[in-house]
Amino acid sequence: MFSIEELLKMHGKAEREVYLDLENSAPVAPEVLETMLSYFSEKAYGNPSITHKPGWMAYDVIQRALENFRRWLGASRAEEINFTPGATEANNLALIGAAQRNKRKGRRIVISAIEPLSILHVSEHILKPLGFDVVKIPVDEEGFINLDSLDEAVNRETILVSLSAVNHEIGTIQPLKEAVERVKDRNPEVIFHTDASDAYGRIPLDVGKLSVDMATVNSYKILGPRGIAALYVREGVEVERLLEGQLGTQRLWPGVENVPLIVGFQKASELIFKDFDGRTSYMRHLRDQLIDGILSSISGTLLNGPREGRAPDNVNISFLGCEGEALTIELSLRGVYVSSGSACTRRLLQPSHVLMAIGRRPEEAHGSILMKVSWLHSDEDVDYVLKVLPEAVERLRGLSPLKEG
Amino acid sequence: MSRVPLPYGPRILELFRNPKNAGAMEDATVSATAGSPICGDVIAIYLKIGEGDVIEKATFESYGCAANIATASILTEMVKGKTLREAWEITWRDVAEELGGLPSIKFHCGTLAVGALRRAIRAYYEKREKPPWLPEEATLEEKQALEAERMGEMLSRRMGGGEVEQPPR
Repeated sequence: MFSIEELLKMHGKAEREVYLDLENSAPVAPEVLETMLSYFSEKAYGNPSITHKPGWMAYDVIQRALENFRRWLGASRAEEINFTPGATEANNLALIGAAQRNKRKGRRIVISAIEPLSILHVSEHILKPLGFDVVKIPVDEEGFINLDSLDEAVNRETILVSLSAVNHEIGTIQPLKEAVERVKDRNPEVIFHTDASDAYGRIPLDVGKLSVDMATVNSYKILGPRGIAALYVREGVEVERLLEGQLGTQRLWPGVENVPLIVGFQKASELIFKDFDGRTSYMRHLRDQLIDGILSSISGTLLNGPREGRAPDNVNISFLGCEGEALTIELSLRGVYVSSGSACTRRLLQPSHVLMAIGRRPEEAHGSILMKVSWLHSDEDVDYVLKVLPEAVERLRGLSPLKEG
Repeated sequence: MSRVPLPYGPRILELFRNPKNAGAMEDATVSATAGSPICGDVIAIYLKIGEGDVIEKATFESYGCAANIATASILTEMVKGKTLREAWEITWRDVAEELGGLPSIKFHCGTLAVGALRRAIRAYYEKREKPPWLPEEATLEEKQALEAERMGEMLSRRMGGGEVEQPPR
């Protein structure tokens, strides 16, 4: 109906551009891009399963990458890592693959009320119709899972539990080790999956120490390329493939391996893990600057998610009396790119299920803004956001017939 | 549940950025609101009505998305200088057309703005002789505004921890 081109033109030139929508996509870090480039057409472009030099080179690159990921994740064997074309695919593989393969042992699947849609919708729209019994456990007002409800939900019929290590919207760091222990105490047969997309590269994560059976990790959320993720599946855990085709080096995902993206994901991981403490405390510093700056300079604001036990990159704040979609556009016109949990684009549907589950009122959720910082952001970026955001909020509130609060 | 980027036209974005007739009107003859903060959109319309039931001035307030702000703003432009009877005839489709089109999921912004306007017109005639052109029955836009408000009430009653299922034992 309209040309996006005109819409883009109207943005003009912002004083500064700050991209904080790392939840939904992200730029690739320059070092990552540089590392990837030669793998598209100069080296290791062969199929790793074929017996020629470019194939063997690809095989070598993948084996090294698998070994690196094994080490970064704390897995026992490189074969436990499976690359997939994204975290959505990895989560689908984990849930559908494990449920279908183990359905003779039981029918119950336990998730939480705040899982990402690639867990929630798979459970509700695929597994439930297949005859599985999906139980969603509640969370408290900061997003922490209720461990007693978890105890109650796990019985002899339970075959699979999937709980995110860190919530994607509000950054709650779950007591995962305790959750795994409780689940295994109740039923040692249960397969425990965690979507660690928001944990990997931001909080210490060791699948061995946590004793999880499956874990999803994602590339773009740590400034790697989109289109690549990995699913850790502990040796001995039985998972069915979702797709069939030519199998290569990846036991659970057929098709030609995407070497440049694997190399990019590896590089992004390496950039974090070579200075994990430094990088993550830097993110925490930026996060706190943003949270403190916003809460102190703008009235009618609510932090969504916990203050303690929060992912180092996550900022999620509700601006009361401001509608989130309008605020994302207002900020976009000023060069700050964020997303919102508002229901505005989905008429008749509720706003963010995560915010609803932590007990936010719909009007609080409509005004929510999600931002994620990375080690590529600077203090100047944060300063710019803190300068622009109060103006944006003030302008929209000025248009509103509702009085604040 | 798709989140396709909204193809807002330049007219909508321009009115969002520089809305015309924004703000409450101190000396309004009549005003009305429509919508619910729980659904995420509320529009208030203020009218200054002069001799011959002509709208001398119209302003708006909006809590809502960019399209919500733009529809309310354009409507206040459209009614200026019109008689109440002429203003009554404006439909949400006219508003959408005036904006150069409205994405289908934003049609309700148009109905809400027109709903608020018609409520204001009805309010004006509450204390005056009702003209024959003013229908007894609520029009489509008024009904839709009412529906949005009812939905808001329903949602607020359903609140309390979201949709969490209790595990069967």
